[in-house]
Amino acid sequence: MVWKIFLFLLLAFVSIAGISFPIVENPQTWYQFPLIPGLEENAKIIFFHVPTAWLTVIGFLVSTIFSIKYLRKKNLDDDAKSYVAAQLGLIFCILATVTGAVWAKFAWGSYWSWDPRQTSIFALMLIYGAWFALRSSIESEDKRATLSAVYSILAFVTVPFFVFIMPRIMDGLHPGSADDKFTPSGGPVVNFKMNSSMLLIFFLSLIAFTILFYWMWNVGYRSLLIKEKLNKKIIRG
Amino acid sequence: MKPYALFKKDYHSELRTRYAVNSLAMFIIVALSVILFSIGNEKVPQNLTGGLLWVVIFFSAMSGLSRAFVAEEDRGTTLLLHLIAKPSTIFNGKLLFNLILVFLMNIVITLLYSALFEEFIIRNILLFLLTFFLSNIGLAIASTIIAAIISKAGAKGTLYPVLSFPILLPLILISVMLTSYSMLGTSFDQALVEIMVLVCYNVIMLTASYMLFDFIWKD
Repeated sequence: MVWKIFLFLLLAFVSIAGISFPIVENPQTWYQFPLIPGLEENAKIIFFHVPTAWLTVIGFLVSTIFSIKYLRKKNLDDDAKSYVAAQLGLIFCILATVTGAVWAKFAWGSYWSWDPRQTSIFALMLIYGAWFALRSSIESEDKRATLSAVYSILAFVTVPFFVFIMPRIMDGLHPGSADDKFTPSGGPVVNFKMNSSMLLIFFLSLIAFTILFYWMWNVGYRSLLIKEKLNKKIIRG
Repeated sequence: MKPYALFKKDYHSELRTRYAVNSLAMFIIVALSVILFSIGNEKVPQNLTGGLLWVVIFFSAMSGLSRAFVAEEDRGTTLLLHLIAKPSTIFNGKLLFNLILVFLMNIVITLLYSALFEEFIIRNILLFLLTFFLSNIGLAIASTIIAAIISKAGAKGTLYPVLSFPILLPLILISVMLTSYSMLGTSFDQALVEIMVLVCYNVIMLTASYMLFDFIWKD
């Protein structure tokens, strides 16, 4: 219970701070953000856009870990855990795409411009979609769990190409692209002109969203178990 | 049983019906003529032709390459294969069959394509041949393992391109880039990173396929 209150306070603080802290040219106190040329007020969406993209990949990672676990132990609980993680991953993937498109409209002028990172989030969405399509096409539980676990691992080995390689060798608009002037070596995305209070809230936001993911995952898994139990009761009469 | 024996069996049963080869050949003609009709008398920009080549290759591959495993399920010969060979042998044999099919298909597509599109001019032929070779191998590996998944799932026809596209997307993106490089006449040194990525993709896909095929096959 305590950690739920902590999560609530953390998320409330991150949301309020991320939206309401003013952006000024020369920050004097800790609650003022620096002005980033070219981004201005748009910069604030970073506290909500990056965590969703982060959770998309985390959702995929958790789903794959439990897929590997399923293939080793053949325990259907692991399959359920992997399924719930993928569901959450798809939700955050859509959120990341939408927040990214809105930000792109104001920062780059159009909702969608096939920047390598936009391509990669689109590819992740396709992978999630294909994974759910595969699951819905198989009736037998064991077969569905095995085949979807195999596909999830197979798709996971291509993710490094989308997340790490393509955005760095192709020209793009995100920081860290091949033609980026600020981080020419293709450094990490967060490495541009944020001051310490901005970085603090950014990382607090990442932590808060990760805890939120864990909580949602837990609730989703338990509700799936209860649903299965109820189904069995109905069948038995 | 050796992978080569399995390949020979597939080759002979393919010769008997010629289903995969015929449908592939017709599909190539259909896809190319649809593109030609839609273009009409317009001038196509040069870098577009390189991308269109990979569109034709992707959809042709999706129309014929699932045969290798789906045919075994249709004929009901999967259990026999279980008895006489190890999973890795089966995968090797099917991979060999698909490799040869992919190479034949892509050579035909590329020859027809360069004859039909005047703007499709390769300036760095060695780079193009290397790209062609590497991406054909990647295409064969990925389509073989997805075909194995598909053959065990319910809906076989429609699901194959849906499942393959995200897996093949890095390969297709890199191949399109390299094709446009070879059309511009870029030197090997400048395209080295992309070629490395292609090699990485092939190695990763091959390793993952060998590790995962047992689980699909023993189902």
